[in-house]
Amino acid sequence: MRERKQPLFHLVKRSELPAKYAWMIRLLSLLAAMLVGALIFLLLGSNPVKAYGEILSGALGRESARQRVVNIAVPLLGVALAIAPCFKMKFWNIGAEGQITVGAIGATFFALTFGGKYGLFAGKEPSLLLLLMMALGSMLCGAFWALIPAFFRAKWGTNETLFTLMMNYIAIGIVKWLQGGPWEGKPGSQIIPNFHASALLPKVFGVHIGWIVVLVLTVLIFVYMRYTKHGYEIAVLGESTNTARYAGMNVAWITVRTMLLSGAISGLVGFMIVSGANRTLYYGVAGGVGFTAITVAWLAQLNPFAMIVISLLLAVLSKGAGNLETVMGIPTSISDIITGIILMFMLASEFFIRYRLVRSHKESKEAKKA
Amino acid sequence: MTFLDAAVALIFNAILNGAPLMFGTMGEILTEKSGNLNLGVEGMMYMGGAFGIAGAYYYGRMAGENASGALAILIALLFAFLAGAFGALIYSFLTITLRTNQNVTGLALAILGTGAGQFLGEYMRIREGGYVAVSIALKDQFQNPVFPAFLQNIPVIGKIVFGHNLFVYLGIVIAVLMTVYFKKTRWGLNLRAVGESPATADAAGINVNRYKYLATVIGGGISAIGGMVYIMTIAGGVWNHEGLAGEGWLAVALVIFCLWRPLNALWGSALFGALMILYMRVHLPIPDEIYKILPYVVTVVVLVITSMRRKKEDHPPESLGNAYFREER
Repeated sequence: MRERKQPLFHLVKRSELPAKYAWMIRLLSLLAAMLVGALIFLLLGSNPVKAYGEILSGALGRESARQRVVNIAVPLLGVALAIAPCFKMKFWNIGAEGQITVGAIGATFFALTFGGKYGLFAGKEPSLLLLLMMALGSMLCGAFWALIPAFFRAKWGTNETLFTLMMNYIAIGIVKWLQGGPWEGKPGSQIIPNFHASALLPKVFGVHIGWIVVLVLTVLIFVYMRYTKHGYEIAVLGESTNTARYAGMNVAWITVRTMLLSGAISGLVGFMIVSGANRTLYYGVAGGVGFTAITVAWLAQLNPFAMIVISLLLAVLSKGAGNLETVMGIPTSISDIITGIILMFMLASEFFIRYRLVRSHKESKEAKKA
Repeated sequence: MTFLDAAVALIFNAILNGAPLMFGTMGEILTEKSGNLNLGVEGMMYMGGAFGIAGAYYYGRMAGENASGALAILIALLFAFLAGAFGALIYSFLTITLRTNQNVTGLALAILGTGAGQFLGEYMRIREGGYVAVSIALKDQFQNPVFPAFLQNIPVIGKIVFGHNLFVYLGIVIAVLMTVYFKKTRWGLNLRAVGESPATADAAGINVNRYKYLATVIGGGISAIGGMVYIMTIAGGVWNHEGLAGEGWLAVALVIFCLWRPLNALWGSALFGALMILYMRVHLPIPDEIYKILPYVVTVVVLVITSMRRKKEDHPPESLGNAYFREER
C-alpha cells in the first residue's frame, strides 16, 4: 500500500569480501580521490598531469627528498601503531598529539640535563646510555599523559574522546612555557638550545635510526594484537564491554594497560622527532602527526603492515606538494586538501566493502510471488 | 585607570574575544544534539574565515567607493555559512549515509578544512600581491558598535551591554532561538530524541537521517561564521591563519563546558575569551603560557566532575559518536 514510499535501493551487509577485492575497492577510491584532486588543479588553471608529476618527482626524484619522505613517514607510522590497540578496543584516543609532545618533553629533559656534560656524555658521538635514558623518559612521560584520561574513563566513565583532546593542548601549552621559561636558550629567544651531539639519534642510510625502530614495532604490534592474550582481550572488549565482563576480564585494567602502551609508544615517537629530526624541542613538535596518524591507522583497518603503505603515501604527498609552490605557484596547503580528499574517499570506500546496494523493487516483487 | 575601568575593559574585551568561540560552540551544540560528534570544527572555522574574507574582499573591490557595509556583512556571513555547511555536508554524507566512524571523519574534515582555508587565504595573498585586507571603511562596518553613542555612554554597563559589534548580538539572538527550539518546539524535542536514542526516535516515526543531516549542516554553517567573525573583527579584516589556529578545538571544549546548552555558551565564551586575554591584563605570579592553558584545564575539570556526578541532564547526548544502523538494532 505504501509501496511508493519504499526506497529504490536498500543495503545488504556483505558476507566477508575476499581481501583482494577489498583492496581493489580501496585502490579505486584512491584513484577517484586523485581525479577530484585533478579537478582542483584544473580549476586553478594548472595542468593536473604536470602537477601530480611534480609531486612525484619532488618527493622521489632525489636522494635527499626520499630521505625526507621517510622522515615524515616514521612518526606517522609509529603513532598509527600506538593508536591501533586503543581503536581496536573502541577507546577513542585522539590524544596522541599530546602524548608525542609530552614524550618529547621527557626526552628533552635528559638531553638538556646530561648532553655534553659529565665527561661521560661529552663525546662527539651519540651516547647509547643517554639515548636509552631519553627513550625511557619519553615512554614514561607519554604513558603518564595517557594514563590520566584512561584512569578517569575506567573509574567514572569520563568521555575519553574529549578528555584526550584537551590533554593535547595542555601539553602544547607546557612546551610553550618551557620554551620561554626554564629551558630557554638565549634570554628572550623563546628557543630551547639544540641538543648536544651525544643526544642525537645516529643515522642509517641517511635517515635517523627511528625508521628501524618503527619497522620492528610494526611486527611487534602485529604479533601483540593478533597472537597474544592481551590482544585477544582488547579485541573482545572492543566488540562488547559486557561480553568482556562476563568472561571475567578486568575491563578497567585492560583499558588502563592498553592506554599505557599507546601513550608509551607515542611518547617514544616524540623522542625520535626531537632527537632524530628536529634536534630541539618546540611547541609544534607533534605538528598534527597525532591526528593524521589516526586516519592512517583507520584507513589501514588497524593492520600494522598496511599502515606502512599508507603513511608512506601521505608522506610522499606532503613532501611532494612542497615542490608545487616553488615550481607552479600553488600554495603548499594543497597537500592538506588532497590528503583530506583521499581520506574522505577511502573512508567512504569502507562502506562499499561492507555493504552492497540491492534494488528494493525487484526483491519485493519476488517476495510477492513467493 | 581605576579598578572599575579595568574591570569594564576586561569584560568588554572578553566578550569581543569570545564571540568567534560563541558561534563555533553553538554550531557544534546543534550538531552534537543530533548525536553527531563533528571534530571538524577547526576545519570549518578555517573555511568560514577564508571564504568570509574572500567574499567581503572581492565585493569591496568590485563595488569600489559605493560599497555598502550591510551588503558586505551579508555576503561575508553567507559565504562563511555556506563554506562551513559544505564541509558539514561532506561529514554528514560520510557518517550518516555511509556510516563511517565519526571521530576519524571529523579529523579528516579538520585536515581538509584547515587545508582549504589556508589554501584559499594563501592563494588570494599570492594573487593580490602579498596582502589581503578589506578596505578600512568596510572593516569599520564589521567592527563598529551597532548601538548609538548615548547608550554606550551609560556609566559602567553602557560599554559592556551596548558597545559591541553586530556579531555579538547576532550570537545572542541565535542562542535564544536555539534554546527555544530545543525546549519549546516539537522539532527540537524530536532532534533531542534523535541524539539520545535514534532507534526510539525512529520507532516513533521521526525521520532520523533528515534531523541528523539538517542539524549537522546548519551547525557547521554556524560554526564557520565564528571563523569569519574572528578574521573580520579580531584579526582586523586581514587574512591571518595563525590567529585562527586552535579556535575550533577550543569551541569543542566549550561545548562540554556549557553542558550542551546554548545559553551557557554566551557566558562560557566570554569566560574563555577572558581566560585567553587575562594574561595581558591581570598579572599573577604564573607564566603567561600556563595562563593560556587554563581553558583546557577548566574543561577537563568540568568533564570529570560531570562524569562523577552522573546527573542525567548534564551528560552528553546518549548516542553521541555512534552511527545509527537501522538494520542493526
